[in-house]
Amino acid sequence: MSTPTMTPGAGAGAGAGADPGTTTETKPRQRKLSEIPGVELEVVRPSSPRPALITLGLTAASAVALVVLGLNPALALAAAFIAYLIAVYAVYRRASGPRVAADQVVRGLVGGAFVIAVIPLLSLLWTVVSKGAATAFDPGFLTQTMNGVTGLQDQATQRDGAPMVGGAYHAILGTLIITGIAAVISVPIGLFTAIYLVEYQPKGRLASMIRFLVDVMTGIPSIVAGLFAFALWAVLFGVGTKNGAAGAVALAVLMIPTVVRNSEEMLRIVPNELREASLALGVPQWRTIAKVVLPTAVSGLASGVTLAIARVIGETAPLLVAVGYARGLNVDPTSGPMNTLAVYAYYMFTKPLSPGFREPSLDRAWAAALLLVIIVVLLNLVARLIARAFAPKTSR
Amino acid sequence: MTTSPTTSSPKVRRRPGDVVFGGLSAASAFSILLILAGVALFLLVEAAPVLSADSSDISGGEGFLSYVAPLVFGTLLASIIAMVVATPVAVGIALFVSHYVPRRIGTSVGFVIDLLAAVPSVVFGMWGFQVLAPRLVPLYDWLEANVGFLPFFESASATGRTILTASLVLAVMILPIITAVSREVFLQTPRLHEEAALALGATKWEMIRTTVLPFGKPGVIGGTMLGLGRALGETMAVAIILSPGVFTLNLINSGNNTVPAEIALNFPEAAGLRLSELIAAGLVLFGITLGVNLAARYIVNRRAEFSGAN
Repeated sequence: MSTPTMTPGAGAGAGAGADPGTTTETKPRQRKLSEIPGVELEVVRPSSPRPALITLGLTAASAVALVVLGLNPALALAAAFIAYLIAVYAVYRRASGPRVAADQVVRGLVGGAFVIAVIPLLSLLWTVVSKGAATAFDPGFLTQTMNGVTGLQDQATQRDGAPMVGGAYHAILGTLIITGIAAVISVPIGLFTAIYLVEYQPKGRLASMIRFLVDVMTGIPSIVAGLFAFALWAVLFGVGTKNGAAGAVALAVLMIPTVVRNSEEMLRIVPNELREASLALGVPQWRTIAKVVLPTAVSGLASGVTLAIARVIGETAPLLVAVGYARGLNVDPTSGPMNTLAVYAYYMFTKPLSPGFREPSLDRAWAAALLLVIIVVLLNLVARLIARAFAPKTSR
Repeated sequence: MTTSPTTSSPKVRRRPGDVVFGGLSAASAFSILLILAGVALFLLVEAAPVLSADSSDISGGEGFLSYVAPLVFGTLLASIIAMVVATPVAVGIALFVSHYVPRRIGTSVGFVIDLLAAVPSVVFGMWGFQVLAPRLVPLYDWLEANVGFLPFFESASATGRTILTASLVLAVMILPIITAVSREVFLQTPRLHEEAALALGATKWEMIRTTVLPFGKPGVIGGTMLGLGRALGETMAVAIILSPGVFTLNLINSGNNTVPAEIALNFPEAAGLRLSELIAAGLVLFGITLGVNLAARYIVNRRAEFSGAN
């Protein structure tokens, strides 16, 4: 009777320590390794995961904790999460041993880390939208400046329900002008530096030194860039000169390293065959760069520049230091303080026009914040769309 | 001529277009050097009066060092707390993106985290002031009541505008950069290492512990230090949230201030020697962040050299 060795699943294990004489008579259709005497299995994979059951139980438990214990929501959520991890550990340890249990707990922790990061983001976005939406799209807010607006009008608004006066028109224009000048300064410098690093001096000590300096520049704190612009203007035009151009210089200092790094990466992925083909046809190097390399990389370059703009458009500290704060409209970046959305939000938030009646000022601050967030998110989306829509066709 | 093209090549005439274009590129590259030298130089020029000033004229009346030292300690305190809080979470997210979700979902998760990086710091400050700080007051009360014997939790603030609140907001702000750098190195883990671990019967966590984390360790350390560098220079969030004061170890009440927040709060009204003081403080901040960032880049780049091996 040689049938027992042929039973599927028992083959390898049975040879090790099973007693074929007894098992074949009583259990001819034995299939599981674990049923063979003498074979001890340490199960690594979960035999039957029960996450659905666990989650259900814990949702109920957290709901109970929330309602019965009267905890605040954050605490209840944290407690429920810890209870969830303990339950996962217990269940999987019983089913599949400590190693699988640890694996499942880590799985929960890693997901939890993501949730921890998302909670502040959602809370922040919700706060900005809920507090700012009412004012941000008000035509008056978008077309008026703060010229002549005083605490008395804010008192009237909050106490008597008078319509809110004053807006962020000057700040919106100021943001666009200063960021625009910063982009005009930093895009050519950044782009040509990247061309130098990739096309003219790809190797060598000079290139590595420039790369090192770009790294150093990336680490300049934004307020130090503002102080630099202030100090430069103090030396050139006299101490205390604050104007939009100084702010643009400060932003350019912050923007150049981002443009260089993004552009360098994009130029580097242009295939060398394209350059060689063009040079082999006798095209001068500068025309090769201008007509072959740059057009191939244009989507990446545009998206990199957009991201660099998005990075600096919300900067507050350098503009606070170098541009100052203007209540009225000033579109001339060479004369006197201007206003920008970020600085506007900061001043409205921390120095309300009327300390006793803060609401209108806070509304303005949140409205400006909402406009900023919308601009930044739009720029990020645009950058992604550019990168995707005009991506070079890499297929052969 | 045609038989020896190599000898004729050095005589190729440089076309004017090439001269102009190459010159522009080289000039731009050198302008980076000029700008950096300019930053250091002009800050030094404007900060110089502090060095020659009588120590009793400096704020606090005991010279520049004793003025700036508490600010530096406050900056380091806030940034290090932020780093300690943010790093484990960031590593968790990086693992989540690189090893736990499908690649397609991973990129959208990455976009969500990048959004955090895109939010302007002044908005973080307003959010921290108005939303986070009041919600942390019960926690601070609890800390005071239960672990108040520690010097860090002596007396709780009623507004929540404390160094700890500021640090937590900083932690959220530096999450994206630590996550991004960690994610990059985790994705570079050689596939063969991972598969070998799995083939030996390792669970996913054991695979990550034995292959991904050792491989990515320098990247995580470098990313953490880049985050630290960002936290050190972060201005507006601290300036809005923290209710500043003298240096204290107590984390849950007003007090302490950071260098950038001190500059932002006092600069608009400053004049004369006070201006120089603040600019000198900015120079000190520049030096600190420079050191931290260079160390971080060194660690990250050292890893980059090895990563070609996979």
